[in-house]
Amino acid sequence: MHGPSSEWKKDNAISLKVIIGKWFFILYAIVYAGFILINVASPKFMSIDIGSLNMAIIYGFGLILFAILLAFAYNHISTHAESVMNQEQEDDMKTERKDGDEA
Amino acid sequence: MNYQASPWAIVIFAMIVAAVLGISFHFSKKSKSASSYMAAGGQIHWSVNGIAFAGDYLSAASFLGICGMIALSGYDGFLYSIGYLAGWIVALFVIAEPMKRMGKYTFTDAIDQKFQSKGIQFWAAISTLLVSMFYLIPQMVGAGALVTPLLGLPYWVGVVMVGVIVIVIVTLAGMTSTTYVQFLKGTMLIVFSLVLVFLVMSRGIMKAPDQGGEKPYHKFITLEATDTAAGSVKIKDTTYTVVKDFLDGKGLHFVKLSKDGVESVWKINDETKQLTETQVISVSKDGTTLYNGLPKEAGAFYSVGNMSEIIEDGVPVEKTKTLDPFSFIETIKNGTVIRWAKTMVSDETGKMTIYHQLPTSGRDVVSPGLKYKVDASKGATTMQRLDFISLMLALFCGTAALPHILIRYYTVPNAASARKSTIVAIAVIGLFYVLTLYMGLGAMVNGVIDLTNDNMSAPLLAKSFGIFIFAIISALAFATVLGTVSGLIIAASGAVSHDLMDRYAGRNMSDKTKIRATRIAAIVIGGIAILLGLLFEGMNVSYLVGWAFAIAASANLPAIIMILFWKRTTKEGVIAGIIVGLILSLGLILLSQETFDNVYKLVNVKAPVPINNPAIISVPLSFLSLVFVSLFTQKKKQPSLEKTNG
Repeated sequence: MHGPSSEWKKDNAISLKVIIGKWFFILYAIVYAGFILINVASPKFMSIDIGSLNMAIIYGFGLILFAILLAFAYNHISTHAESVMNQEQEDDMKTERKDGDEA
Repeated sequence: MNYQASPWAIVIFAMIVAAVLGISFHFSKKSKSASSYMAAGGQIHWSVNGIAFAGDYLSAASFLGICGMIALSGYDGFLYSIGYLAGWIVALFVIAEPMKRMGKYTFTDAIDQKFQSKGIQFWAAISTLLVSMFYLIPQMVGAGALVTPLLGLPYWVGVVMVGVIVIVIVTLAGMTSTTYVQFLKGTMLIVFSLVLVFLVMSRGIMKAPDQGGEKPYHKFITLEATDTAAGSVKIKDTTYTVVKDFLDGKGLHFVKLSKDGVESVWKINDETKQLTETQVISVSKDGTTLYNGLPKEAGAFYSVGNMSEIIEDGVPVEKTKTLDPFSFIETIKNGTVIRWAKTMVSDETGKMTIYHQLPTSGRDVVSPGLKYKVDASKGATTMQRLDFISLMLALFCGTAALPHILIRYYTVPNAASARKSTIVAIAVIGLFYVLTLYMGLGAMVNGVIDLTNDNMSAPLLAKSFGIFIFAIISALAFATVLGTVSGLIIAASGAVSHDLMDRYAGRNMSDKTKIRATRIAAIVIGGIAILLGLLFEGMNVSYLVGWAFAIAASANLPAIIMILFWKRTTKEGVIAGIIVGLILSLGLILLSQETFDNVYKLVNVKAPVPINNPAIISVPLSFLSLVFVSLFTQKKKQPSLEKTNG
């Protein structure tokens, strides 16, 4: 048997993070699949001018930027969830300890 | 092309190598336990780990391969950038935190955590080794390609040099030194890529790019013919003598001419009766190689890449003013770019590799379709379009299944750090991939492409701005290879010592023995990497990395995903998924047309497998076999997978 490379506290925010992670993943996968399908089904669409660039460049840069934005959003939500949900756990533990001391 | 080393290049190269080795010696005293050697003790800060992720991931394929492919094929090379970055979404949202919770040192640890199965230990370790080996090949090829222009040394010296330095880095301090080498390299790569793109924008674009006045662009000329009928070609310029005309395998018409005793090859346009100059490398039966009819030392084989038509503010111009990121792409889009195509011809005297001009609309350059045929109206077949989908699938699914990337999750203290370091990696890697488009297109229009080695496009673009920036960029590219190869050798040697020897063979090794075994494995794997690097000389490194992604996506990802999200997964199912993924992806690659052409060097031989990227077949079948075998091997007492994330 082997254990993890380092120890950590119990994380109450896991379920929430998994749900958000799944939805963000599905959202990005749809946008990425759309890029592939447009390339295959309607490649001329990718040559349409959009300002000084074209759809291919905008969509390509967009996919990169969208990944970065989703990553920051996911981290923001996850960090907030960890601080709130794990704080509740710490508060409960403190209360239990206090009750025990008083008893 | 002929390359000469400069003192600056040698000094900067020596400084970077000294810094890398200094880091390794510094940390060697701190790597006494297996945990510190194989996972840096799990104590790396997430911000450092994030940049190190970028340093690990932005390999020779990203820097040399993608830029080279964009320089030759425009937007289609950028598809790799998009796919490589998208793969990090799978890593962040699906893999990062569970991976950190489940494993200790290796990828095998994580997928075997619930089952403790010898079969999984064996096959996951084999998969790690194979993926790492396939990923090592392009890194070594990139290293060999770099030392010639950088230090004026032959290809094989670069391959051996990288192998030896990396063996020193890895055997001295394992993951700790590797992490800081990757951190250093990741930071420098971003900074100097930004500098290079800034210089490209500042210079603007010109029809006859003269590399800042340093090197006049060779003007490829056109001759007029009076007759272009096969077998009776006649030209107006009587200083040339017609030797013979011939067709290539695609039916293109060429003619060999002679002038002043030097032979040259010209492409015939039968409609306009014009002959355009080509560049040709001919290898005669006695082994003599000539470049444009002369020995290599004569320097008659020219670097290429220019625009034949530039429109600025609606007016044709010879040269633009300084451009910004939008007007740079707009200028290329509205003009005409001279690209170069390659064809090979054999006759009774030997073999000829002919590079001929291909004027291409800028609109096509900045749209998909020049390399990967996707447009049915331009003759793309269903199989070619499936090949494209398959490539994009492999890139998307492969990142999160690369063993050398996955082990970096064990170097941080907790799951939140794993997540945060992935986010830093996505931001840094995303920025770099945007820059690849500008570096690649910059090379395409700045007359710096070496047709015999497109991997050198980015360093040669840097060279056009002076030897100092070239020396930095090339030494950095070399460090890029060092960082990635170190990570790969750590992953592969960990698979041998920890997965195969310690756990699978049940050697129950002490920390000291395990470190010694890992070091010996690193030396052996480094030696194999050197041999593979010598064997695959000349192939586009990004293309080769595509194979590693396909194997990782087929063999590893289905196992990871199903263990995380399907409770009925069994150990037999996992083993079946890995074996099917490995055999199918490898088999399809080895029997593909690209392998027949570029690895086996079989001229005009049709390969049995009609697609070059196997993921579209091997990934679904790996998933299916895992599900199918799992359903048939459900046991009442088998521990069902608890919700791994809970």
